[in-house]
Amino acid sequence: MSGAALLSVENAVVDLPTPRGNLRAVDHVDLAVGAGKTLGIVGESGCGKTMLSRAILQLLPKKAKLSGRVMFDGQDLPALPAEKLRRLRGRSLAVVFQDPMTSLNPVLTIGTQLTETMQEHLELDLGKARQRAIELLAAVGIPAPEQRLSQYPHQLSGGMRQRVAIAVALSCEPKLLIADEPTTALDVTIQAQILDLLAREQQRRHMAMIIITHDLGVVAGRTDEVAVMYAGRVVERAPTPSLFKQMRMPYTEALLAALPKLDAAPHTPLPAISGRPPDPTRPLKGCSFSPRCRYSAGRCGTEKPHLSAAEAPDHLYACFHPITAGADA
Amino acid sequence: MATLELSLDETATAPPKRGRRLGTLFWVAIGWMLLVFAVAICADLLPLPSPTDMDMLERRAPFSAEHWLGTDGLGRDELSRLIYGARISLIVGLCAPVIGLVFGGALGMLAGYFRGRFESIVVGSMDVLLAFPPLILALAVTAYLGQSIFNLTCILGVLGIPAFMRVARAATLSLARREFVIAAQALGATHARILLRELLPNVLLPLLAFFLLAVAVTIVVEGALSFLGLGVPPPISSWGSMIGEGRESLDVAPRLAFLPAIAMFLTVLSFNLIGDTMRALTDPRQGAL
Amino acid sequence: MMLQAASDPLLKVENLVVEYSVGGKTIHAVSDVSLDIARGETLGLVGESGCGKSTLGRAVLQLRQAVSGKVLFDGHDLTALRGETLRQMRRRAQLIFQDPIASLNPRRRIGDIVAEPLVIAGVRDPEERRRRVNEVLSAVGLDPALVSGRLPHEFSGGQCQRICIARALVLNPEFVICDEPVSALDVSIRAQILNLLEEMKARYGLTLLFIAHDLAVVKAVSDRVAVMYLGRLCEVGPSEQLFARPAHPYTALLIEAIPVPDPDVRPTQSVPVGEPPSPIAPPSGCRFRTRCPRADARCAAEVPELRLVAPGQLAACHHSLI
Repeated sequence: MSGAALLSVENAVVDLPTPRGNLRAVDHVDLAVGAGKTLGIVGESGCGKTMLSRAILQLLPKKAKLSGRVMFDGQDLPALPAEKLRRLRGRSLAVVFQDPMTSLNPVLTIGTQLTETMQEHLELDLGKARQRAIELLAAVGIPAPEQRLSQYPHQLSGGMRQRVAIAVALSCEPKLLIADEPTTALDVTIQAQILDLLAREQQRRHMAMIIITHDLGVVAGRTDEVAVMYAGRVVERAPTPSLFKQMRMPYTEALLAALPKLDAAPHTPLPAISGRPPDPTRPLKGCSFSPRCRYSAGRCGTEKPHLSAAEAPDHLYACFHPITAGADA
Repeated sequence: MATLELSLDETATAPPKRGRRLGTLFWVAIGWMLLVFAVAICADLLPLPSPTDMDMLERRAPFSAEHWLGTDGLGRDELSRLIYGARISLIVGLCAPVIGLVFGGALGMLAGYFRGRFESIVVGSMDVLLAFPPLILALAVTAYLGQSIFNLTCILGVLGIPAFMRVARAATLSLARREFVIAAQALGATHARILLRELLPNVLLPLLAFFLLAVAVTIVVEGALSFLGLGVPPPISSWGSMIGEGRESLDVAPRLAFLPAIAMFLTVLSFNLIGDTMRALTDPRQGAL
Repeated sequence: MMLQAASDPLLKVENLVVEYSVGGKTIHAVSDVSLDIARGETLGLVGESGCGKSTLGRAVLQLRQAVSGKVLFDGHDLTALRGETLRQMRRRAQLIFQDPIASLNPRRRIGDIVAEPLVIAGVRDPEERRRRVNEVLSAVGLDPALVSGRLPHEFSGGQCQRICIARALVLNPEFVICDEPVSALDVSIRAQILNLLEEMKARYGLTLLFIAHDLAVVKAVSDRVAVMYLGRLCEVGPSEQLFARPAHPYTALLIEAIPVPDPDVRPTQSVPVGEPPSPIAPPSGCRFRTRCPRADARCAAEVPELRLVAPGQLAACHHSLI
């Protein structure tokens, strides 16, 4: 990432106290997103990707402890006073959540939810805000936007609700949009539409975007850089084309291999990853993927590999036995 | 290539120990309950003066070695009346909710499971019962059948049925849609088996938590009825009737009203505290993160 | 196995209609659906949420009342059976659900949950029950000694799904309906469960109806695939053939919409916008016409019938792609 990044996360650690002991949800994560760029964060449930996004937004649970730096637009977010942070969150930092039904307020009309944010953060009068709300709804592909303003979220389908949630997120022209599993609750055909919409609006507004997902297919064609997370750590980070061309981390490779392929014959056994992710309250001494890794050997079980670059300067991975070019996958 | 998933790291994810800290308040509540139950059960064995023996020379006597808590307006031993009163309060307070629990719980589960017309009839008749003013009902029944502990328990029990029905029905409604109930149906289980094996264990807990609350409420209601003179017939003492009698001498000896009130307050509070803790403890999902 | 009219279908659904009312409005969940599943075959059933695929699965097992139509299981019409005979038949067909944690009673131990079908079926001997429970738990990759005494919440989603599979298999059924069995699971666990289902199918000689919204998952396990849209079947065919040459525009749309994990395949922007209409008031004629690029006046007037478009492949479309 050249130049000053819009968002940079340095050495972020999130600890959550639980009845079973301390849970390290995010473990020394470094990330950066430049203006107008898209970062994909991929990982399975429990890998810490949602906690990381919460840490960026400073919306962690009360008991959680964050250490490290989160720099956004030249400001250190954890150090900001609450009031400043609140203004920043509505304006420059926006989020789209997985479930639009819970992220929209069920007792307010769509019009109210859209205009309120704009009145608050952009200091528009009601007429102007309404006008912009209609434009925004049209931009996110909602038919008959004027009539939608007076409707409630439950009167819309899931896909339409997610469009409204995106419109709310875009309403103050944010510099960074975080989309946390934006399409997981939606059907395939709607998923494609929503992803297209996000990509289009991002290009038009020159906004930075973070897409958090468990689906490598979602990030493949739509991001500039991908970070793969496992057990709270970023285990591989690279520009999207080089990641998919040459995966270095065995976990990334295994994750891709475990997806059923459309061009494979029926009843082809899938190369499954055996076992399951480690218990986050009992961190392993070595590489956290080593118990499930087929390349695991030697110091994998005793020493944690660091995220570092080897051949290409922007392709980072944390592995002692990376997959090398030419080796059969 | 079905991968063996368990067995390796299973010891690492052993369930967390059940030994959660329960807090001193819980143990204080348990202690108070044990004390109240013990003295109520053993009242006849304790070296207490009779609760109904009047001593007109020692009316409203202060605390003394002979009468630890003094005597009431008719010279009866206050401590003895409190302990015998606890008996009545506990008998009514426990038996009446049992009636509600059994009938209301069964009706609610059946209504929530079978739905349809049966549910409409049950809910409708419960609404009628709820709409009936409870005091009038109590008055009517005691006027017709006479004042007795049995009648009082029955009235309070019947009045509790709609609330238990609602709790059971709400719990059943949400559970009956869960996949494990459909799975049992798909296995060819009979309705009785689904109700008893799949639903009952899950409905029982919210019902029992509500039961403890109902015990607390019933003790208060019994007190209110006795206070109004609709409860236990004199000269039997209950906490409510003692507060009622103490009212007459509030200015001279306020303790006569306050002592039974404090006993009732502590007992009701203990029931609620224990109920809350039990519910938190027995929820199987609490331990899992 | 490829032909629709298989000589010996284990399950035959004929003109099944399922409707139910929610808040006074009738939902046309399944409208006039017919299909066959041959012995030993896996039929995949795909469609978007709300298309009626789960309702169809439950109606087959008589867990939902059908308005009309027949469900012939091994020659017996299940819709005509009641009481004890129906319960007997149900033991030969089992169901696996999407949410593995919700489909286990949270207050019962795993050993009891898996033994429950045996108890219901009247296996009296506890030793015999324990033997069969242990056998099936080992078959799904769980250690009976470690698992039996525990409660469901002590297990992860993937492990709960293994337990559900064990419960479904303990009575040696012939037919299993898998209703979105992997969509609640993580990618790495999903592959394990899919492989396990394939292995169990071979080991127990099962016939499967595999319901899912993910085409790639369905393709991985199915011999034939049926595509459903708003309560009607659009297309049925051998899976490889159907994915290579879809005949119905809706099937083509579904295939196109799958995100491909390859950055060189730029996502196509040609996916038509719009969302499925409500099953309360489905469009007249072809139900897909409101989103279909090929729709014309005939599609609004006339309901397309399933017709043969290629060997073994049927599509219900007036303007099929082949």
